[in-house]
Amino acid sequence: MKNSRIWAWLTMLAGATYFFLPLIATLEFSLRMRRGEYSLDAYRVVLADPRFRDTFSYSVVVAVFTILLGVLLVVPTAYWIRLKLPKMRPVVEFITLLPLIIPAIVIVFGYIRMYGSNSVLPFLSNQRGTDLLLIIGYATLALPYMYRAVDTGLRTIDVRTLTEAAQILGAGWATIIGRIILPNVLIAVLSGAFLTFAIVIGEFTMAALLNAPAFGPYLQLMGANRAYEPAALAVISFAITWGCMSLIQYLSRYAPKSATTPQH
Amino acid sequence: MADTFLSIKDVSKSFGPVQVVKNFNLDIDKGEFVSFLGPSGCGKTTMLRMVAGFEEPTSGTIMIGDQDVTHLKPNQRNIGMVFQAYALFPNLTVKQNIGFGLKVAGAPKAEIDERVQEMLEIIKLPQFGDRYPFQLSGGQQQRIALARAIAVKPQVLLLDEPLSALDAKIRVSLRDEIRSIQRKLGITTIFVTHDQEEALSMSDRIVVMHDGKAEQIGTPFDIYNHPATRFAANFVGTLNVLDARVADPKKGLVLIGDDKVEVGSEINLSAHAKDSVVALALRPEAVSVGKRKGRDSSVTGTIADVHFLGSVIRIRAKVAGANLLVDTFNDPDQAPPRRGDKVALSFAAKDLLLLND
Repeated sequence: MKNSRIWAWLTMLAGATYFFLPLIATLEFSLRMRRGEYSLDAYRVVLADPRFRDTFSYSVVVAVFTILLGVLLVVPTAYWIRLKLPKMRPVVEFITLLPLIIPAIVIVFGYIRMYGSNSVLPFLSNQRGTDLLLIIGYATLALPYMYRAVDTGLRTIDVRTLTEAAQILGAGWATIIGRIILPNVLIAVLSGAFLTFAIVIGEFTMAALLNAPAFGPYLQLMGANRAYEPAALAVISFAITWGCMSLIQYLSRYAPKSATTPQH
Repeated sequence: MADTFLSIKDVSKSFGPVQVVKNFNLDIDKGEFVSFLGPSGCGKTTMLRMVAGFEEPTSGTIMIGDQDVTHLKPNQRNIGMVFQAYALFPNLTVKQNIGFGLKVAGAPKAEIDERVQEMLEIIKLPQFGDRYPFQLSGGQQQRIALARAIAVKPQVLLLDEPLSALDAKIRVSLRDEIRSIQRKLGITTIFVTHDQEEALSMSDRIVVMHDGKAEQIGTPFDIYNHPATRFAANFVGTLNVLDARVADPKKGLVLIGDDKVEVGSEINLSAHAKDSVVALALRPEAVSVGKRKGRDSSVTGTIADVHFLGSVIRIRAKVAGANLLVDTFNDPDQAPPRRGDKVALSFAAKDLLLLND
C-alpha cells in the first residue's frame, strides 16, 4: 500500500516537472528583461503596446461570436441527431472530424478562392465580411471539440423522454431546446466554449492569411522580433487559459444534476 | 353510463412492414380508468403514444370529446402524461417542474404558484417544492411527475408503466394513490402496464392486448372470471388448462383422463365433434382437494407438490398428464395433502371455461 503511494507521488512529481519546468523557465526568462535583476518590464511593455490590446480584444470578440455560432449550430444539430436521426450519428461525427483532417491552410485558401471580391458571396471585399468569414472558419475549426462536448453532455440525459415530457406539456421546439436541453448540457457547452476560446485566441493560419488583426499573428510578430516580450505573452496566455478552466470548474458546481440517480 | 369521451376507431399502426397495432377500437367514458394490459411488444405503448400524439396512426381516428386529434401535435392536445422513467426536468426545481406546463401556456405567476401548491398538497409533498429531482427518491419523483401531468388540467391522463421502475412496496402504495387522485379529479385515464395485478386492482376496465390487437375489453371481474381467449385467460391470473375429449356434445360431456365431466350450461359444445379435443380452463381457487359442497364435478389426480405460502396453500396435482394448480386457504385444523396422495379434485361445472385460440 505504502509502496504504491510512493510510486503515485513519484509519477505525479515527474508529470508536474514535465509540465511546469518549461513554464517556470519561460516565466523566469520573461522577468529578466532588466539586466542583473528580475522585473516586470516585459509585461509592462507588452501591456502598454496598443497592438496587444487591439489584437487581443479583437480575438476575444471573434471568440465570443465563434462560440455563439458554435452553440447555435451544434446544440440543435446534436440534439436533433440524437432525437430523430440516430442512424446519422456516425456520418455527422465524421463530418465534424473533417477540420482535424483538412489543414486550416487548405480551408482558408478555399475561402479566399470562394469568397473573393469577384465571387457571388464577396465576404473578403470588406472588413466586416472578413470578420464574419473568420468567425465561420473558427467555428469550423472548433467543430470537433464543440460537437463532442455537446454530444457527451446529451448522452447524460434522456433526450427523447425529456423532449416528449416537455411536448406533452405544451412546449414547442424553441422552449424545449432553450429551457430544457440547453440548461442540462450547459457544462458540456461551456467546455466546448472554452476549447473554442483557446483555439481562437492562439490561431495563426486563418487570421494571417485573411489579414485579420488577431492575436495569433501578433504573437508570431513579437516572437520573430523581440526576446523577452514573447515569453511574457506566453505567460499571459497561460494565465488566461487557466482562468477559463477555473471559471468552468466554478460554474460546473451549479450544473443541473442528473435525476436518474435518486438519493434513496 | 356516461357519454364516450375518448374514442379510438379502427386505428392501425405499422413501422415499415411490421404492423404493431391492428384495427384497434375503444370508447372510453369521461372519468373512466382504462388499462392496456399485455406483454412486451403487444402494441400497448404504441397505442398510448398515438393517443399522446408521439406517433401518428397509419389508419383510423382518435377523437377526444368532439375533436378529431388524430393528426394534432402532442403540444396541441391538452393531455397529461407520466412516463416510466419519471422524465422530470433535472435543471428545474419541483415547483418549476410542476408549473412548467402552466408557464408554457402563459398563465400568470400567481395562478401558477397557487396551482403548484395545490398539486403539492394533493401528492402529499408540500415541503419538497424547492428541491431538485436528484434530491428525491424514485417514488417521490413519480408523484411529482404525476402532479406535473395533472397541473395543466388535462382532458386525458396517460400513464406509461409509471410504477415499473419502483420497488414493490412503493408500487403498491403509489398505485392506490394514483387511483385515489384520479377518482378525486375525475380525469379520464389510460394506464399502460404489463402487470396484471396493477391492472386488476386499479382499472374500471381492462383492454387485454396481444399481437397488436385488443383480445378482450371488460371489467377486471369479467376479464378474470370470463376470459374470452386462451391468451387472455393465461395472461390474467394463473390458469389451469386441461385438454378434454368431447364425449357427448349435446349433453355437454367431456372426458378428462378417465373422468367423465359435465361442462355446465354456459359452455356450448355443439360445434365440436365427438372425440375432438377442447381446451378447458379452471382458476386454481375454483378447485378443492376432496369433495366439497357446491363443487359437484371432479377429476382424479396425484399430488405432486405442496407449497405452504402462509394463509394460502398452493398444491400442484397431476391430472391426465397435465399440471393442475389448486389454491386453498390454510386451515389449522386440517393438514394439507402429502406428495403422492391420490385425491379427488372437485370444482363446479360453471367455473369451467372453454378457451378459444
